[in-house]
Amino acid sequence: MTTPHFPIYMDYSATNPCDPRVVDAMIPWLREHFGNPASRSHAWGWEAEKAVETAREQVADLIGADPREIVWTSGATESNNLALKGAAHFYKTKGKHIITVKTEHKAVLDTCRELERQGFEVTYLDVQADGLLDLEAFKAAIRPDTILASVMFVNNEIGVIQDIAAIGSLCREKGVIFHVDAAQATGRVDIDLKALPVDLMSLTGHKTYGPKGIGALFVRRKPRVRIEAQMHGGGHERGMRSGTLPTHQCVGMGEAYRIAKLEMHEENQRIRALHDRMVAGLKDIEEVFINGHETQRVPHNLNMSFNYVEGESLIMGIKGLAVSSGSACTSASLEPSYVLRALGRSDELAHSSLRMTIGRWTTEEEIDYAIATIKENVAKLRELSPLWEMFKDGIDLSTIQWAAH
Amino acid sequence: MAYSEKVVDHYEHPRNVGSFDKSDESVGTGMVGAPACGDVMKLQIKVNPATGVIEDARFKTYGCGSAIASSSLVTEWVKGKTLDEAAALKNSEIAEELALPPVKIHCSILAEDAIKAAVDDYRKKHLN
Repeated sequence: MTTPHFPIYMDYSATNPCDPRVVDAMIPWLREHFGNPASRSHAWGWEAEKAVETAREQVADLIGADPREIVWTSGATESNNLALKGAAHFYKTKGKHIITVKTEHKAVLDTCRELERQGFEVTYLDVQADGLLDLEAFKAAIRPDTILASVMFVNNEIGVIQDIAAIGSLCREKGVIFHVDAAQATGRVDIDLKALPVDLMSLTGHKTYGPKGIGALFVRRKPRVRIEAQMHGGGHERGMRSGTLPTHQCVGMGEAYRIAKLEMHEENQRIRALHDRMVAGLKDIEEVFINGHETQRVPHNLNMSFNYVEGESLIMGIKGLAVSSGSACTSASLEPSYVLRALGRSDELAHSSLRMTIGRWTTEEEIDYAIATIKENVAKLRELSPLWEMFKDGIDLSTIQWAAH
Repeated sequence: MAYSEKVVDHYEHPRNVGSFDKSDESVGTGMVGAPACGDVMKLQIKVNPATGVIEDARFKTYGCGSAIASSSLVTEWVKGKTLDEAAALKNSEIAEELALPPVKIHCSILAEDAIKAAVDDYRKKHLN
C-alpha cells in the first residue's frame, strides 16, 4: 500500500483546521480594521467593538445563552482557570469543598490541585468502566460545604458525553455552582443553556473550526453567578477578564460558531456514518477493545486498544495517518493515559491505544485507507510481539512475574 | 518526534525476527521488560557448543520503534561473537549507533539486559 503525500489528519480532538470561511472573516480585522474595540472616541474603535459584539452574539447563539453571559478569554484552559478559581475565590466563605472527575482535562485537574494548595478540598470522582460518571456517586460526594462542581461535557480522549442535565439538576438542588468544560462539545452536541442547569461553561474556538488563542466563559446571569477576576487591568469584559480584545480572533470564533449552528446536524450525521464505517472495519480484528461508552459518545471520536501492540510503534507504522495514542511513549512523562487508567483499563491496554478523531474534512476514502493501514500494521507488529506469541500459545500473561523497569 | 534513519530502517525491516525452541540445549533465551511499562523484549541466541560462539539470534519485541530497533540491532551484532563478547555489549553503543534521544535510552538498556539474560540462560543450561 502506498502512503499519501501527507498524513491524513485524524487528530481533530487535538485541534481542528480553521474553516476557510472563518479565515476570510478574520483577515479584514488584521488588515485595515485594526482598531481597539475598547476605543470609545473614534470610528476605528466603534467598528471593532461592533464586530466583537456580533461575534459574542454568534457564540451565545450556538449554546442558547444571552450575549451578556459571554466573557472572552484566550481559550478553554483560561476559561477553566477563570471559572474554577473565580468561583472558588468568590464563594469561599460559603464552603471550601469542590467536586470534579478523574477524567477531566488537565486544565481542570491542575487548577483543582492549585486550589487545594490554597486550602480548598477537592474530591476527584472515579468514572465507570464506560467512562461515564455514576450519578449516585456524584450525589453522595456532595457535602454541606460543597461550593463548586466541575464535569466536562465531552471527554477529549474517549469522546464520552456526560449526562450534564442530570448532574446540573443535582447541583441546583444542593445549591452547588456547576461548571462544565465544553471545549470538545460545541458543534458536536446540542447545547441549550436556557434549559440546561449549568452556571459556568468553558468554550474554545479551535475545536470548532475557529482559530487557536480564543475562547470564552459563559457566566450565567439568572440565577446570577459571580466570579472573581484572575486577570486584572483595564476592566474589560465587565471586570471579569481584563486585556485588549483580539478583534480578529473574536470574529473568527464567532464565525466558526455561526457555521457550527447552521451545519452541525447535517455534519454530525455524515460523521456518524464515517464513525460506523471505521468501527465496522476494525472491530473484527482479534483482541480489539473500544475505550469509552460505545454509543454515549460523539461520533468524532474512536479510541481503540489493539492488545499486544504498543501504541507508539503502531503510530510509527501507520505513518499515513496523523493520530494520537494513550501510550506512555508518546508523552513526555512516560506514564500511560490517566483517562484510560481511570476506566480501569490495564496499563497494557492503555499502552496499546489509538485515538482517532475525525471531522469536517474526513472522507470515506480516508476511513478506508485508515482501516487498511491499521489492519496491516497491527498484523505486522503482532508478528513481532512476544506477548502476542504467548497469547497464541495460551499463556495467561497475568500469571507471569514481570520485572517492572 | 522524528526517528533516526537507522531506527526507521530497523523498524521497517527488522532483522532476525522469530523464535527458537526454548528447550533446545543450544539456545539461550532472555525475556526482559513488562507489558505494563510498554516494553517487552525476547532475545534468543543459538550457540555452537564446541566453540562457544553465537551462530544465530532471534528476537520479538513489544514496544516502541526504538525498542524494536534496539533489539533488532543486537541480534545482528551478537552473531559471530563469543558469549563473553556478547555479554560485554554496552547499551551506550546501541544508543549511539541508533542515535537514540535521551527519552529512549531505556530501550537500549533493555536490549543490553536482554542479551545478558540470554547468555545467562544458556550458561545455566550448561553448568555441568
